[in-house]
Amino acid sequence: MSRARTSLPRTIAAHGILITYTIIALFPVILIVMNSFKSRKAIFASPLTLPGPETYDPIGYTTVLGQGDFTGYFINSLIVTCGSLAGVLLFGAMAAFALSEYRFRMNTLTGLYLALGIMIPIRLGTIGILKFMVGANLVNTHLALILVYTAQGLPLAVFILSEFMRTVSDDLKNAGRIDGLSEYRIFFRLVLPLVRPAMATVAVFTMIPIWNDLWFPLILAPAESTKTVTLGAQVFIGQFVTNWNAVLAALSLAIVPVLVLYLIFSKSLIRGITSGAVK
Amino acid sequence: MGSLELRQVKKSFGAVDVIKGVDLTVADGEFVVFVGPSGCGKSTLLRIIAGLEDQTAGAVLIDGKRVDATPPAKREIAMVFQTYALYPHLSVKGNMELGLRQAGAPEATIAERVKKASEILHLEPYLDRKPSALSGGQRQRVAIGRAIVREPKLFLFDEPLSNLDAALRVNTRLEIAKLHRLLKATIIYVTHDQVEAMTLADKIVVLNAGRIEQVGTPMELYHRPANLFVAGFIGSPKMNFLTGQVAEKAGATTVGIRPEHLSLSRESGAFAGVVAHAERLGADTFVYVEADDGALLTVRVIGDTDADAGDRVFLTPTGPVHRFDGGGVRVGE
Repeated sequence: MSRARTSLPRTIAAHGILITYTIIALFPVILIVMNSFKSRKAIFASPLTLPGPETYDPIGYTTVLGQGDFTGYFINSLIVTCGSLAGVLLFGAMAAFALSEYRFRMNTLTGLYLALGIMIPIRLGTIGILKFMVGANLVNTHLALILVYTAQGLPLAVFILSEFMRTVSDDLKNAGRIDGLSEYRIFFRLVLPLVRPAMATVAVFTMIPIWNDLWFPLILAPAESTKTVTLGAQVFIGQFVTNWNAVLAALSLAIVPVLVLYLIFSKSLIRGITSGAVK
Repeated sequence: MGSLELRQVKKSFGAVDVIKGVDLTVADGEFVVFVGPSGCGKSTLLRIIAGLEDQTAGAVLIDGKRVDATPPAKREIAMVFQTYALYPHLSVKGNMELGLRQAGAPEATIAERVKKASEILHLEPYLDRKPSALSGGQRQRVAIGRAIVREPKLFLFDEPLSNLDAALRVNTRLEIAKLHRLLKATIIYVTHDQVEAMTLADKIVVLNAGRIEQVGTPMELYHRPANLFVAGFIGSPKMNFLTGQVAEKAGATTVGIRPEHLSLSRESGAFAGVVAHAERLGADTFVYVEADDGALLTVRVIGDTDADAGDRVFLTPTGPVHRFDGGGVRVGE
């Protein structure tokens, strides 16, 4: 029995498939990082070779760090991403708790209404959002982006988290009520720690599209002081000439913060994704 | 110090009536068990008493005071849950202290009560452990400890033994009985297991489909069940019910005879039948007999018997024969 499960050909086949997939997934990333260290000529002459002594050229990085305020862009991206993430997680979890915990009129309808946002892209409302932001005097502020991204992330967050919150034992919440804990403490101290893996899953799924977004920064906050990294990197892409060194360097740098955030969440993320499948 | 009164309590979820008007009084120090099949509303009733659920109509009184608008924490009750419901992030001590701390009790009182409760429940070695490092039985003791430290007017137990294995269940049952004697507290205990109800209760409340079928001491329920439902629910194995000619002869629609009130003979008796199966438990044997009129009867024989599947046997009532009318109400013996 146990021999069949660990047979060598099977192991090789399984790892073969996984390694192939890993290579396919990582290839573009490696290509970008690799070429960001090469001179312009080398990028076009031999894009698939590693940077050697002759082709090595940090010009991309010096351009990026020298031209424009890239550190500032990074900070902007981080402020917007972390701010939106905090908003999505806090309000998403609270809405999910209300939907899963309390019986009230229109509960199902409210849940459906919130979930509708998963299917309708928020970009359809760009013009309305822009008008609103102009009216509220929020154009070119971090807050504008944070508000939009929070709204964008909430539907999925509510949907995933309310499913998870339903699995938290009613007895535990009731024990808290009998011991005199307020609903807020039950939510923050008893329920949230138990759905942490789900929170991490939501965090990662929310974070990446926000970090990579070009649309809303371009429309709502294109000013130098609020530019995000993705928008900042566009400086190097021109209609006729593109500074590939700088673009690749900017993209390579942009990977780092997301990678760090992912590593922070990943342990819980894997638990969150597998918790339904593997018991 | 801990009496309870329910007046015409009703509960509906939408169009579904779960509790259909329950009146009940529980005296101070009584051990009352709510028993009934799953879905009969016994847990809902307990949650209404606890204040975790609002009744649709009627009143709940604790110590003569209406508590309908009082939140659970202010009702001076404590509840033990089926799934233990310990706070996973707190130690055993933390779990026991939390309720008192929330109520603003002085540190000295908290320490003293936790000490006393952990002595009673033999929890001293585990005080600093997290619930995840405890066994099922220990967790249940912590849950009981958490209830004791509050010194409540009412203890509410919601199927506390269902998640324990058979041996531990018997032990914990004994512990709970001892605890009741020691604390002289009023206890309301919900279970679907009639054995737990019979062994623990001063007073059993049999519930079915949101109504009280009968209230009485275990022996009252056993000897004088009010109707077919109670007769069938209390006692193990189940009471035998006979209809048709046998019942007509006794002047009833249905007659009920407990398995221990039937004797088995190979020669002669009131009913004849063929043994379908014999379950030998050592101390006694349950013989299932297919009577000639088609009914399946259970006979409890003390010790062993040589009757085996396929044997032709005769049965004779040796104890009370309960008579029930067309509406299932008991009309006599």
